[in-house]
Amino acid sequence: MTDLTSLTLAEARDGLAHKTFTSVELTDAHLAAMEGARALNAYVLETPDQARAMARDADAKIAKGEGGPLGGIPLGIKDLFATRDVRTTACSKILGDFKPPYESTVTTQLWRDGAVMLGKLNNDEFAMGSSNETSCFGPVVNPWRREGSDAKLVPGGSSGGSASAVAAGLCLGATGTDTGGSIRQPAAFTGIVGIKPTYGRCSRWGIVAFASSLDQAGPFARTVRDTAILLRSMAGHDPKDTTSVDCAVPDYEAAIGKSVKGLRIGIPKEYRLDGMSSEIDRLWSQGAEWLKAAGAELVEVSLPHTKYALPAYYIVAPAEASSNLARYDGVRYGARVDGNNIVEMYENTRAAGFGAEVKRRVMIGTYVLSAGYYDAYYLRAQKVRTLIKKDFEDCFAQGVHAILTPATPSAAFGIGEKTGADPIEMYLNDIFTVTVNMAGLPGIAVPAGKDAQGLPLGLQLIGRPFDEETLFSLGEVIEQAAGHFTPTRWWG
Amino acid sequence: MNAPVKSVKLIKGATSDWEMVIGLEVHAQVTSNSKLFSGASTQFGGDPNSHVSLVDAAMPGMLPVINEEAVKQAVRTGLGLKAKINLRSVFDRKNYFYPDLPQGYQISQYKSPVVGEGEVQVDLDDGDSVTVGIERLHLEQDAGKLLHDQHPTMTYADLNRCGVALMEIVSKPDIRSSEQAKAYVSKLRTILRYLGTCDGDMEKGSLRADVNVSVRKPGEPFGTRCEIKNVNSIRFIGQAIEYEARRQIGILEDGGTIDQETRLFDPGKGETRSMRSKEEAHDYRYFPDPDLLPLEFSQDFVDQLAAALPELPDQKKARFIGEFALTPYDAAVLVSERESADFYEAVLAALADKARDGKLAANWVINELFGRLNKEGKDIAASPVSSAQLAAIVDLIGEGTISGKIAKDLFEIVWNEGGDPRALVEARGMKQVTDTGAIEKIVDEIVAANPDKVAQAQAKPALAGWFVGQVMKASGGKANPQAVNDLIKSKLGL
Repeated sequence: MTDLTSLTLAEARDGLAHKTFTSVELTDAHLAAMEGARALNAYVLETPDQARAMARDADAKIAKGEGGPLGGIPLGIKDLFATRDVRTTACSKILGDFKPPYESTVTTQLWRDGAVMLGKLNNDEFAMGSSNETSCFGPVVNPWRREGSDAKLVPGGSSGGSASAVAAGLCLGATGTDTGGSIRQPAAFTGIVGIKPTYGRCSRWGIVAFASSLDQAGPFARTVRDTAILLRSMAGHDPKDTTSVDCAVPDYEAAIGKSVKGLRIGIPKEYRLDGMSSEIDRLWSQGAEWLKAAGAELVEVSLPHTKYALPAYYIVAPAEASSNLARYDGVRYGARVDGNNIVEMYENTRAAGFGAEVKRRVMIGTYVLSAGYYDAYYLRAQKVRTLIKKDFEDCFAQGVHAILTPATPSAAFGIGEKTGADPIEMYLNDIFTVTVNMAGLPGIAVPAGKDAQGLPLGLQLIGRPFDEETLFSLGEVIEQAAGHFTPTRWWG
Repeated sequence: MNAPVKSVKLIKGATSDWEMVIGLEVHAQVTSNSKLFSGASTQFGGDPNSHVSLVDAAMPGMLPVINEEAVKQAVRTGLGLKAKINLRSVFDRKNYFYPDLPQGYQISQYKSPVVGEGEVQVDLDDGDSVTVGIERLHLEQDAGKLLHDQHPTMTYADLNRCGVALMEIVSKPDIRSSEQAKAYVSKLRTILRYLGTCDGDMEKGSLRADVNVSVRKPGEPFGTRCEIKNVNSIRFIGQAIEYEARRQIGILEDGGTIDQETRLFDPGKGETRSMRSKEEAHDYRYFPDPDLLPLEFSQDFVDQLAAALPELPDQKKARFIGEFALTPYDAAVLVSERESADFYEAVLAALADKARDGKLAANWVINELFGRLNKEGKDIAASPVSSAQLAAIVDLIGEGTISGKIAKDLFEIVWNEGGDPRALVEARGMKQVTDTGAIEKIVDEIVAANPDKVAQAQAKPALAGWFVGQVMKASGGKANPQAVNDLIKSKLGL
């Protein structure tokens, strides 16, 4: 039955509909695969009992013809999403064994549509990281290895567990969140598809907040079509999140296979970095050629404020995080380390509960919001953000439908390779992705090739606000040309 | 700012006269069913933590959603303060750690408040009136309550109040005495209660004030101020200001300087004491709350609220004076509490001829009813005499059926026994006698029985009053005093 885990989500959906197999069989196959892949550390919590119960329920509904768009499909859920009565920690010690008495809007919608929860997926602590090495549950291992090497590689982050699980066949799809690249970078590192939709497309209610103005949920899957299917269920207006946008959710899957003829694709010159590897450069040109061959028109565009995006991001995101994480104070839930008075209790709890990277960002955020520094840092970063947004608006106003860039400056790196003294090196991973969060735009990462060592590389397509459909159409063109990328199984 | 200062408002120091400069930040709890950003109830007095939503408890991933009614209440209040309403305002986070603040920040409005500059007309006891400028009004969340007496070593947190909507109403530093400050808060409270935007219940903490006090020599620039936090009664506001101003004058006259600091008022000792200095002041790291979009509404939204606004005390007072010739003092007494004004309005509505008897009714409401209520320590809501009953009594006086004196007896009966005043007058024969025949008969009898007094009165007409008294007594007070007077004069040939 293990081959059930190599189906695409769309294939599994059809198999369930045609009663070729049941959701219980499909779910069991995945639970078995998870058990065999614990070396990847992708799941921080497996929920087999709940999964089987949901699968049985799904089978009953499918039998009655009420399966729903995701009826019986087993998924993994990033541990940032609150799941009712199921431990939700954001992979931070400070949340301890926190079991929320509520379910996030996004997961509620997935269950509404019939999906099955396999468990909770590892991520960087509070989604702060680009390698999934800051999780309190330890690093996630990428199912990909360099040719001829058994060195363990990172899956990227922060949604590293989601990416690793999808790439290794430990679920048919997974949820992720993306604040600066946390869906697109791990998707690229693991050879799968990940989309960060437009800010406001998915509700943030019930997702542990990192940086509220940048956070956005999105799906991972092994094909563009599968992410389109998942996004339709995840998206939608939520009155409980006033930043979610009230506009109809289209049938994203219908965009798959739609002609891209005549679409204008911008190639931003500022994304051609000094010292960028020729492999990335070649991949980028190749992607452009594929789109051109499919009838799209390529135009060089300029996004002049790109170089300020990363520094501005590392002011805005930590500023919001420093405030968002203030609630983890040991008073009401999660971990508490006592002290002789309230201030000591706060200090002890937060010192023990937060990891180094989270502490660093809380410190940066506190600093940039402090009296005397606010104008020089936070306010300026917000101005930069406005300019970055305007760069994209100007570009789209010239008739550009989407922008093509590399997803990451390199392929996956080794665990421990970039956790040295300089955090900037790690932050540079997000150089191509943070602009999209700063502008609130949708961005999709699609695998497009391999580097010299056989590791997958991805391309990013950036779209107009709420035009995820065009990204799915274009993404599928690249997918068709590049083919699928499956790691050789070495684990378990 | 440098208008001539009345010397009465100055404090005599050892070396000079001093002037107080006072500004108030009043925190008024918004009257609404649910909290500012959550659906939890705002009801007072529930079991600890029984009115707490996931948002109030700052559970992970929870998001605030603005309560439209709270916004309406803020706009109504702004309109009542004749203030500028900002069609776009922004919610900010004020960051600090405290166990009564689950989010680790208070959502407030920092740079862009929902209401801008306005003013309040304040009447003082000496008949003077001053205008106090309003700097701004903004919406913010209240904090929870810490319970220190539940456990020997632990503190408990009750989050029922946490997230309840407050309006912070900031005055300009236009206030120059503790009397003005007290009158300003009273007036503000009255306006809020008229608007129905805050119940003004200071005992429950619905209204409390941070008081900024500084002193200066008249004509000089503002001195350094101290802020006295969270004063929760009008009397204490007066006491705190008096103490604080004298404390500052003492320091300055001894050659010292005032440290800008936050102080607390101790009602037991009647003094203020230092809470934290400027150096210890929090850096709140305000920034726009990324969970909330800017608050935007249309002028039309404001206009609709303005159209539905109730009559406010100043307007009502002017109308009472204009329509019923009330004295400004009486009108002010009636409008000072919404319930009093409502009672008077109800009496007016029940009167047969309010143009004729409106003023008489005001006298009866203020002197007889309020006087009696005060004496018995009763609230107007608990008045044994209803507005309809009082109106009937006033009607009976106005139409000449009973005299004012009889009316007081009637009021007593109604107060103690209840009943329809008109029916009581009939049943108990309290009607005023205006039949001159009947009165004449009594006059004749008394004149005939007292020839000596007649002679005295004829010699000294002022003594005719004795006859009036005798006739009134014989008629059981029911004779029309004017008719008695006229008859006696004619019988005695005066």
